[in-house]
Amino acid sequence: MALDMSQFLQTFYEESAEGLETMETGLLNLDVGRADSEEINTIFRAAHSIKGGSATFGLQAVADFTHHMETLLDELRDGRRAVSQEVVTLLLESVDALRELLSASQSNQPVDAERINATGQKMQALLGVEAAASEITQSVNSMTGGIHGWSIQFNPHRDIFMSGNDPMRIIAELNDLAEMEISLNADELPLLGDLNPEESYLSWDITLHGDLTRDALMEVFAWVEGECDLTITEIVDTATERETAAEAPAEMVRSEPVVENVSRVEMKREEKRGSGDGGSIRVAIEKVDAVINLVGELVITQSMLSTLGENFESGQIQSLRDGLAQLERNTRELQEDVMRMRMLPISFVFNRFPRLVHDLSAKLGKSVELRMTGESTEVDKTVTEKLSDPLVHLIRNSMDHGIEQSANERRKAGKSETGVVELNAYHKGGNIVIEVRDDGRGLNAEKIRQKAIEKGLIEAERKLSDEECYELIMLPGFSTAETLSDVSGRGVGMDVVRKNIQSLGGSVEVTSEPGLGSCFTVRLPLTLAILDGQTVRVGRQNYIVPLVSIVESIQLRGELFNQVAGKGETFNLRDQYIPVIRLHDIFNEPQADDSEFGGLLMVVESEGNKVALMVDELLAQQQVVIKSMEANYERVCGISGATILGDGTVALILDINGIIQMHRGRFNSCAA
Amino acid sequence: MSEAAVIDSSYEIIPEGSTGQYLTFILADEEYGVDILRVQEIKGWDDVTPIPNTPACVKGVINLRGAIVPIVDLRSRFKLDELEYGPTTVMIILKVRAGSRERIMGVVVDAVSEVYNIDGEELQPPPEFGGVINVEFIRGLASVEEKMIIVLDIDHLLDASEMQQLGAIAQQASKTK
Repeated sequence: MALDMSQFLQTFYEESAEGLETMETGLLNLDVGRADSEEINTIFRAAHSIKGGSATFGLQAVADFTHHMETLLDELRDGRRAVSQEVVTLLLESVDALRELLSASQSNQPVDAERINATGQKMQALLGVEAAASEITQSVNSMTGGIHGWSIQFNPHRDIFMSGNDPMRIIAELNDLAEMEISLNADELPLLGDLNPEESYLSWDITLHGDLTRDALMEVFAWVEGECDLTITEIVDTATERETAAEAPAEMVRSEPVVENVSRVEMKREEKRGSGDGGSIRVAIEKVDAVINLVGELVITQSMLSTLGENFESGQIQSLRDGLAQLERNTRELQEDVMRMRMLPISFVFNRFPRLVHDLSAKLGKSVELRMTGESTEVDKTVTEKLSDPLVHLIRNSMDHGIEQSANERRKAGKSETGVVELNAYHKGGNIVIEVRDDGRGLNAEKIRQKAIEKGLIEAERKLSDEECYELIMLPGFSTAETLSDVSGRGVGMDVVRKNIQSLGGSVEVTSEPGLGSCFTVRLPLTLAILDGQTVRVGRQNYIVPLVSIVESIQLRGELFNQVAGKGETFNLRDQYIPVIRLHDIFNEPQADDSEFGGLLMVVESEGNKVALMVDELLAQQQVVIKSMEANYERVCGISGATILGDGTVALILDINGIIQMHRGRFNSCAA
Repeated sequence: MSEAAVIDSSYEIIPEGSTGQYLTFILADEEYGVDILRVQEIKGWDDVTPIPNTPACVKGVINLRGAIVPIVDLRSRFKLDELEYGPTTVMIILKVRAGSRERIMGVVVDAVSEVYNIDGEELQPPPEFGGVINVEFIRGLASVEEKMIIVLDIDHLLDASEMQQLGAIAQQASKTK
């Protein structure tokens, strides 16, 4: 009968999520006191399409809710109502409520109806429309599920047969709709002698169990509406009966809100997503076109090469080389473009931060401005997904701990009263760098040190530079806020941030200047699948070293070599002593060269540690596709993955950080 | 007999009465079998890329159509004498269950032999002694054409984390020397 709408539902949810984001951004851009009609129109349009969509998919609660938002927005647009902080806050709350309703219906979870009703009632109060909240409440009720049924008193008029209707048919139809309990009322049945066979004397009490809409019921009774007395009552999950006269379907709205029923809904919020949510990505059409073009070129190159191969003569070696060069170029471009498909602008992560800052500054009572640059910087989708939580934490931290407690304090320090949190993203080398910077009081190195000693994280007599002190805040179990707040300061912050970032192959650094503010720099690899690598030979094996970690490579010179007792060897690199790690030792490979200093030193850096790796030979530089070792085996120390070389053999990719740890472990265990 | 029955029920090898096909191979003159449904393919011996700091029985990894597949030498796994790889030496690529995941791993054996039908009831629990390999890796023994076939429990035999731990222990031992 009806078109199967469920196939479009997923798209609807995705579009609604985007619409909500648009609304949120628009609302945050609204200046209090000035109605920017363009901005309001944008919000209005987003609300309108959500309303349309939700009505189509039968999400009545969402449609009703957006309807009232629209009314409010309309008033703002026409200038009938001033853009006040109150209105904006209410609209933002409504966006949250909508988001909740939508995600609840997407994952088939019960909604937190109390909060949504509260928002609905605020809206009602503001709009002065009495029906508003109760309507929403009712639709929310119908979304909260539970055993939902109808109690029907069906009393056909005497002359019902005259119109060609048969009550039995109607009852049969109801029986098809849902599970039914029925009892016959034959009180009016006269004695057989008085009975007129063309008249109906019977009436029924019917109870239907099941999730039916009133419309579906009314459809059944559509033909007999004028020929019977009909009372349809909704059975709410608490079995409270509420009578509604059904003669006129327009009177369906109950006038009083039924909050007491709603609060019984369990507020269990499981983070379960709908099963159909396989994760999708929106790709700009030009990116797809670029790939299609390249594939076309690839096909041409391939056919050219196969033509060449059919009658190959040695004189054609040059054209073969040209063809192969072209193939290489095509492949590389194709690879880049396909990788680009997975890339999303970082604004996908950043977009939620204006709201976060807005809410937090209200909560903390600090006036804070968020400045963002580089939102269009592109990152791999997996990175954007995992980046969000750490960044939220960093921003919360900056606002809670970084920015001064009061405007007074700021004024005394000669700063503007409004604090600034900056969020910058840019590419640097093979990395994406994200900075979270605040212009607050900066980190107090001495206080951090004291705290760390207090918590037993370091020994009291240890001397630390300021930078080393700042590093301490990333240790597990460290929290400097004097009082715990629900914003930050539970001591599970920075260490989790660092762990998350490290799991993405990145790093976090802190710099700070007392009185001027602090800056957290997050460095992440652009993509997790492909890496620029330098092939090196160690003994008989070739390994890949990630190019980003290589600082320089130098020929060994014996006189710059030093032995440090118990700590292994160091190398003097322009008056800086850096530890030397012999990869042969780490990997238990026999040293191929007889001479002790026959190889090369490759200076590498990882997480601020600089070491020199001793290798036998540097080979080609190439891009490699990272393959996991864990897929079919276990994690191996010092190896971050494997890759397949041009000749089909496997080469292992070195995990520089892991190797440094192994090296340390070696000497520590020797010392112990 | 009653004793055997008790052992059998505690062992729960194969559903009673079901017949399975087994691929058998030769290792140090003994014939071993693995469930043929677990065999992905059989390859001739090819060079592998060794992984540093892994137990000796892990020969290295190979590229199997884009997947990195570890190769385990069964002789070395069973602590048998090494034999130089010859023309009959093959790698059997197996699907191994590790927890809820499936891994692809290869084993190096002296030669492949036959495919036999073995009835679940014919499979006898291994005796507690005798034989060159540890009993815990054996699912059961079967007699086919008057020969004894040792059916292996490959999930246990090729437990990568266990092997990696063995390697770590061996490494510790060599370091302290």
